[in-house]
Amino acid sequence: NMASDEDSDEDFVTYGTPLEPLEEDEPIRKPVPVHEQTVKDEKGRYKRFHGAFTGGFSAGYFNTVGSQEGWTPSTFVSSRQQKAERQNARPEDFMDEEDFSEHGIAPREIVTTEDFASERKDQLKDKARAVSSLAALIPGDTGLLEELIAPARSSIGVELLRKMGWKDGQGVGPRLKRRQRKQNTDAVKVHGGALLPSGSEESEDEDDEFAPENVTFAPKDVVPVDFTPKVDSHGLGYRGLNPLQALGGGSESAHINLFTLQSDRTSSLFGDRNSGQKRRGGIAGQAFGVGAMENEDADIYHKDSMSNYDTVLGGEEPGDGLYGWTAPQQYTRKKNDSKRDVVYLGRILDGFTLASQVTEIKTVYPPPDLPRDYRPVHYFRPVVDLSTVSPIVAQALQASRGHLSQDAPQQGRHSLDSSQRRDMLGETPLQGPSSVFELLGSKDRERLNEIRSVAKEQNKSSTAPQPDSLTSPAKTQASSETQMALNAWSGPTADASKTFKPFQKNPQKQARYDLYINKLKKGDKEALESSLDSSMTEWERGRERDEFVRAAVLYKPSNSSLSSRFTRSKNEDDTDSVEVTRDQENDVDDKQAAVKMKMFGKLTRDTFEWHPEKLLCKRFNVPDPYPGSSTVGMPKIKRDKYSVFNFLTITDSSHVSREGPKVNKKSRWDKTGKVSEPKDPLSAFLSETRSEVSVAKQIEAGAKNQTDSSHTEPKTDEEEKEEDEEEVRPPMDLFKAIFASSSDEKSSSSSEEDSEEEEVAPSTSEPIQISAETLNPPVSAQITPAPDISKVPGII
Amino acid sequence: MAFPQPRPQVPQLPQHLLRTIECQQGAVRAVRFNADGNYVLTCGSDKSLKLWSVSRGTLLKTYTGHGYEVLDVDSSYDNSQLCSCSSDKTVILWDVASGQVTRKLRGHAGKVNCVQFNEEATVMLSGSIDGTVRCWDTRSRRYEPIQILDEARDGISSLKVSEHELLIGSVDGRVRLYDLRMGQLHVDFIGSPITCVCFSRDGQCTLSSSLDSTVRLLDKSSGEMLGEYSGHVNKGYKLDCCLSDKDTHVLSCSEDGHVYFWDLVEGSLTLKLPVGKAVVQSLSFHPTEPRLLTAMEGHVQVWGAEPEDTAKLSSVC
Repeated sequence: NMASDEDSDEDFVTYGTPLEPLEEDEPIRKPVPVHEQTVKDEKGRYKRFHGAFTGGFSAGYFNTVGSQEGWTPSTFVSSRQQKAERQNARPEDFMDEEDFSEHGIAPREIVTTEDFASERKDQLKDKARAVSSLAALIPGDTGLLEELIAPARSSIGVELLRKMGWKDGQGVGPRLKRRQRKQNTDAVKVHGGALLPSGSEESEDEDDEFAPENVTFAPKDVVPVDFTPKVDSHGLGYRGLNPLQALGGGSESAHINLFTLQSDRTSSLFGDRNSGQKRRGGIAGQAFGVGAMENEDADIYHKDSMSNYDTVLGGEEPGDGLYGWTAPQQYTRKKNDSKRDVVYLGRILDGFTLASQVTEIKTVYPPPDLPRDYRPVHYFRPVVDLSTVSPIVAQALQASRGHLSQDAPQQGRHSLDSSQRRDMLGETPLQGPSSVFELLGSKDRERLNEIRSVAKEQNKSSTAPQPDSLTSPAKTQASSETQMALNAWSGPTADASKTFKPFQKNPQKQARYDLYINKLKKGDKEALESSLDSSMTEWERGRERDEFVRAAVLYKPSNSSLSSRFTRSKNEDDTDSVEVTRDQENDVDDKQAAVKMKMFGKLTRDTFEWHPEKLLCKRFNVPDPYPGSSTVGMPKIKRDKYSVFNFLTITDSSHVSREGPKVNKKSRWDKTGKVSEPKDPLSAFLSETRSEVSVAKQIEAGAKNQTDSSHTEPKTDEEEKEEDEEEVRPPMDLFKAIFASSSDEKSSSSSEEDSEEEEVAPSTSEPIQISAETLNPPVSAQITPAPDISKVPGII
Repeated sequence: MAFPQPRPQVPQLPQHLLRTIECQQGAVRAVRFNADGNYVLTCGSDKSLKLWSVSRGTLLKTYTGHGYEVLDVDSSYDNSQLCSCSSDKTVILWDVASGQVTRKLRGHAGKVNCVQFNEEATVMLSGSIDGTVRCWDTRSRRYEPIQILDEARDGISSLKVSEHELLIGSVDGRVRLYDLRMGQLHVDFIGSPITCVCFSRDGQCTLSSSLDSTVRLLDKSSGEMLGEYSGHVNKGYKLDCCLSDKDTHVLSCSEDGHVYFWDLVEGSLTLKLPVGKAVVQSLSFHPTEPRLLTAMEGHVQVWGAEPEDTAKLSSVC
């Protein structure tokens, strides 16, 4: 195909030489003044300009107008001697030579002489002749007489072909053997869809069966493709009323069919011979009665029979069972010929051929199956600011829908762990060992139990002594945050007056918050509970407790020292709410880590709902994915501008406390010297997990483990303190994503024992979640969504 | 079929220099094949846009009307219209034959980096340094965009359109795939600023090059990485990458004056095509044939799979 392209390029003709591209620096030529401009004719003679009314350029014969000689005709012949040869004056005789030039009024162009002209008929002439024939001597006759008289002439091309051995009715091309030819015609049928009205084809084919091998045949003639452009605005195949049929012979042909097949067309081209011959001369029709010259009067009182009209909508059934969609002719004729696979079963419109290449079928993927209980309407949770709504209303709201704006995220589907989901689905628990514990030796188990009990005690001691604080898993986690807040604020430098006031909009709430902060600074462990309003409902208090703790962690004194450098703007925005896109992107750090690990896919991809504009869908020929929805772009929600929850990612609230163990371990490994160079957290993590596998093996062997733990335990206390002071970036949720259950467990108990637990847990990737459950049942309730565990072996 | 299917040929790489076109329009910011690959469009830093014949290397038309350097151009499927974008913050729709400006669209707040027609040339999409992609209607006379996609947090560097998807690479290190049919936006995090994105010809994968000198092939539906190609230098320039005509190779410009060819499946460097000494700024692969355009400084080079004379010979045969 490359060759053909080259060819097509060669076909172009370049005229003249291309202009030199204009140089920018070149000085602009001065325009020539009018008096210096001269006009010359093609022979180089100066032209005189006569003005518009005296003839323009070159008036008269060689500018003779207005001159001494005046105007002389080009040829003057006395008619006395040559009367017979009187020549008619043609318009050209009175025209100047400029008029014949390219831009004149009658440009002369090179035209093919009749000898070389193609056989193609002039359609315009045909039409004119057909119309004129209506009023001609013999009506309905299209120049029959002329055809009789005109000599049979064939064009030079036909002559040449004949001399080369071509005969009428044959195709052009090298002669073919029978087999080959048959193939070719087949190919033409399928691809070219040639609509050859060749009735003799079948019989010929059958005859060919007995043809000897060494006989060659001429190829079949091909109907040329009609390239006349479509200039009207009719539908495809529509050709309008035939005036002959509609006015003249309307009553004779049963129906006026505006859409005809090509085969019908060839016969019923202007001047349908059959109907034309039936017609007699003179005026005929119902209105005019019978003329004196007419002897046939059967037709006078024309009765229109009902059979001329359709009684059924849609027209008669053509009889082929296709109801109007007639098949290509070769198909209708040979229904049982299995060799020809017909691609298209419709009528092929005049001027069209079947495509030679099958168009690429666009694969359309069906939309995803909707879940059974899917409702196509989404109700946004009404945003209710707790502080503005009375507690009763808030409670009622919660009871009815559970749709209070800042609903606890823990109730989401993703926060369930596998066993809970299993229970909900009614699946049977997995057989076999349900926990790593059962795989461990009795000695190891004892040791782990010990660690766990220590962790529990620590939890109890660190949290505020609330009766229900340990029963709910959310509380345990919150308690760790309270601890964080306490640690952050109990330092001597903190100054409440300069801290950021997150609840400034609600002075009462802010007052409570201030009280809380003050108590925190004094190191009061019950700061939170005592500063809350006891008149509020339990639920409201719970919310406020969460808010306060988070705000306290977020606006720690280190931050507040920074914030004291700024002053609040005097003119506050009147708008209290900010438009926030509803779906927020996940944590970037996670993704960064995933990119480093080259784990593209679920970890790096976020999918959001996005509403394209209706017009855009229309322009792309795509159905509107959200018909009826008026939102455009990403769906947005109005949120309270000063709500802390705009700036906190609620689902990730656990990562503050998860900081501990990770860095902890790092220092531990630094100490043992296994990691020689400081690495980025991720590669460090990777190397840890690798080494942990080996450690786990050692545990299994029952050797060395005591020494291991004894190494780590005394160090950790100091390290924890160090850590609280240093500012560390938020941790990577990747850990959560990979080792979902184990990492969450860590978050609940912010003690150093986690490092030990973690050592064991990842060693076997499969039963992590189950083991977590057995270790610490209440904690497992708030596990974040677990990713594909199958990915994990890929990393390690 | 009478003949058995021919054995699939080893794909030929365009490694022979067929022609060098001196564009005389300052630095060539981008070079693009038209829809059928018979013509070349070059965007010059002297505010002009030029149309060339590939086979002869002759200048066919110059389109002037931009107020500052032209940055990207795209031709409609029927070659009747062009759209171009420029540092003057405008997008212009051109009539190819007359060279007239059909529409000049203002609205972007910064220079417009990339522009693309949709499949039927009914919409022009332009991505700008202001972080928005604007969808302009070519059918109506409105001068406001149909929709503004402002999800990116940094400038848009590259965008491509398939029949119902928009692939948009941004300097914020993310590749965004807008699926109009599903009404979804997929955001793939790459991390490093994206310089160029493109679809594979089968439409199943996306290719994205970023400033960490890496080209990545991602699965379109899941976002998983199928291949990673590196070795070239791409640290500061907005360089193009693309796939070869049959999706067999991944190509990328490089700042060391080469064009790198990697095997798509193996990820190994197949060819390091020396183009010149300066940075290869832009490249474009022929839609159906092994033919490549590269732009360096002020000239464009045409590369073919066979040397010029043998190509001529084969065309005769």
